[in-house]
Amino acid sequence: MKSRKVAILDTTLRDGQHAMAHQFLPEQMADIARALDDAGVGTIEVSHGDGLAGSSIQYGFAAASDAEYLEAVSKVIKKSTLGILLLPGIGTQRDLEMAREHGAEAARVATHCTEADIGEQHIQLARELGMRPIGVLMMTHMVDPAKLVEQAKIMEGAGADLVYLMDSAGAMLPPDVKARVAALKSALNVEVGFHAHNNLSMAIANTLAAVEAGADSVDGTLRGLGAGAGNAQIEVLIGVLQKLGIETGVSFYEIMDAAEKVVEPIMLRPQVINNDSLMLGYAGVYSSFLLHARRAAKRFDIDIRDILVELGARKTVGGQEDMIIDVAIEMAKKADR
Amino acid sequence: MNERIKVAVIGPGNIGTDLMYKVRRSQYMDLVLMTGIKPDSEGLALAAKEGIKTSLKGVDAILENDEIRIVFEATGAKPHMKHAPLLKEAGKIAVDLTPAAVGPYVVPYVNLHEHLDKPNVNMVTCGGQATVPIVAAISRACRVRYAEIVATIASKSAGPGTRQNIDEFTQTTAKALEVVGKARKGKAIIILNPAEPPIIMRDTVYALVDDPDEQAISASVKEMVENVKKYVPGYKLKVEPYVDGDKVTTMLEIEGAGDYLPKYSGNLDIMTAAACAVGEVFAQKLLKEQAAIEQKV
Repeated sequence: MKSRKVAILDTTLRDGQHAMAHQFLPEQMADIARALDDAGVGTIEVSHGDGLAGSSIQYGFAAASDAEYLEAVSKVIKKSTLGILLLPGIGTQRDLEMAREHGAEAARVATHCTEADIGEQHIQLARELGMRPIGVLMMTHMVDPAKLVEQAKIMEGAGADLVYLMDSAGAMLPPDVKARVAALKSALNVEVGFHAHNNLSMAIANTLAAVEAGADSVDGTLRGLGAGAGNAQIEVLIGVLQKLGIETGVSFYEIMDAAEKVVEPIMLRPQVINNDSLMLGYAGVYSSFLLHARRAAKRFDIDIRDILVELGARKTVGGQEDMIIDVAIEMAKKADR
Repeated sequence: MNERIKVAVIGPGNIGTDLMYKVRRSQYMDLVLMTGIKPDSEGLALAAKEGIKTSLKGVDAILENDEIRIVFEATGAKPHMKHAPLLKEAGKIAVDLTPAAVGPYVVPYVNLHEHLDKPNVNMVTCGGQATVPIVAAISRACRVRYAEIVATIASKSAGPGTRQNIDEFTQTTAKALEVVGKARKGKAIIILNPAEPPIIMRDTVYALVDDPDEQAISASVKEMVENVKKYVPGYKLKVEPYVDGDKVTTMLEIEGAGDYLPKYSGNLDIMTAAACAVGEVFAQKLLKEQAAIEQKV
């Protein structure tokens, strides 16, 4: 891998929102974005953890509106591209237009890994609005590489110039990632990206496997701040890629400083793999369920691991946070509490 | 009362065909015509097999028949925009199952009685038909500042129409929560789940309310559920309304009748069942008017 380049997308201000229970303040976002911009990160993603318009009872109300967050960040960044995430079914094309008005230059449109066609309109609109259109398939451990190719092609056909695979449950191992990224690389004419979760302590290893399989763009977050056990820790990732001689355009020292001086002081808890988040990866459950499952387990007095295993067995997909309560109530009834 | 009101279905797709079987069972409506434009339509073939007259002339076949008084529109938003003025001019009542929303949103047992004088009524969305009754029931017990619904449906039950226009679902449903459900603000989320075997439609209804009285809310919701069950037998309260601070959470499961569409697609069934229920109310009203005229004569 000589003189290879990989693009870096930081999602501390989007996936990291999950770990912050969506309570980042706009000024905190501005501080973090400034540090990321200075460090040379290519794209900075800003949104509610569940994408634009994710602020809700289902996912948690955010401390500020999407517009306020975007406004705060777009004012301070100079070189980085400002991105957003949108999940059709939650956010709409109107939200995309709003984000554009507030300075967003790239739009990741994310669907469950088998439902790409619900995002075609949004990808097309992102392109029409002059934003970089990026397709995202979530929960990609649930299907095989052939299915992912079929779905990624729908996004490519709609105009995406980069298609991301997200290991939303942090359930994959490096060979799983390699097979999926390689399949997309050989079947698509556009770039391929990968987004990891660390539930099985595989975030860096999986990201590396993706890069080895040809990924053009990879995600990380400062201190790994993100849903479940978090994402690929971006300062570690930059160090690892630098050791391999892969260019990212990100300053290793500056990204480390951003993590330690800007993000760490405002984190609610250390981003570690505890038993709960380990179970997410093991059972193949959407990482964002973590804090919701913790609350339900406490409220209904049930072992959170049992809830997570049941959610995995029911093949729940991203966004089904209401199923957590449903399952917990059922279990509580069975236990006659 | 043997006399029935003559009705027609336009759009013999999945929805139109399922609706056909439901309207067939009505004691107030007589389905005399099923019309479309595609010669190879399975829906038209099934209608013919049931002994219902079919046509490939679309809306024209309906306009040619003066006896038809109620028309169920199961095409798409664009065709209905064209058909709506024609049907109105011809004095026919349109029950619109498309997202066109030419007429007001109606939900049986919630606000239909307010719109029986309208020439055109709209059936909102599947999520709206499932959740607006619950929000309206909570609104009857206390003030709802904010209502949010999450509809989860089986991927297989979401046709291309829904998929290509998913924003229409979220926006229309949210608006109906406000206009019909009487929430000050509404929000809707839809999730497609591809699990096999397909999951049954489920909806979670959250409401932020002033001064919640759990007993009053529960009684109002249960009464509403019994009403909806009259036309959607598979409508089930999965989790009864529970109050947590100012938040009320209710969960529903909706199993279809399995007339033409599989049982898991409760989302489609509730649309056709609600449309049929709306048609019945209009038909009864027309029959009463007819009887009154006959008495005078």
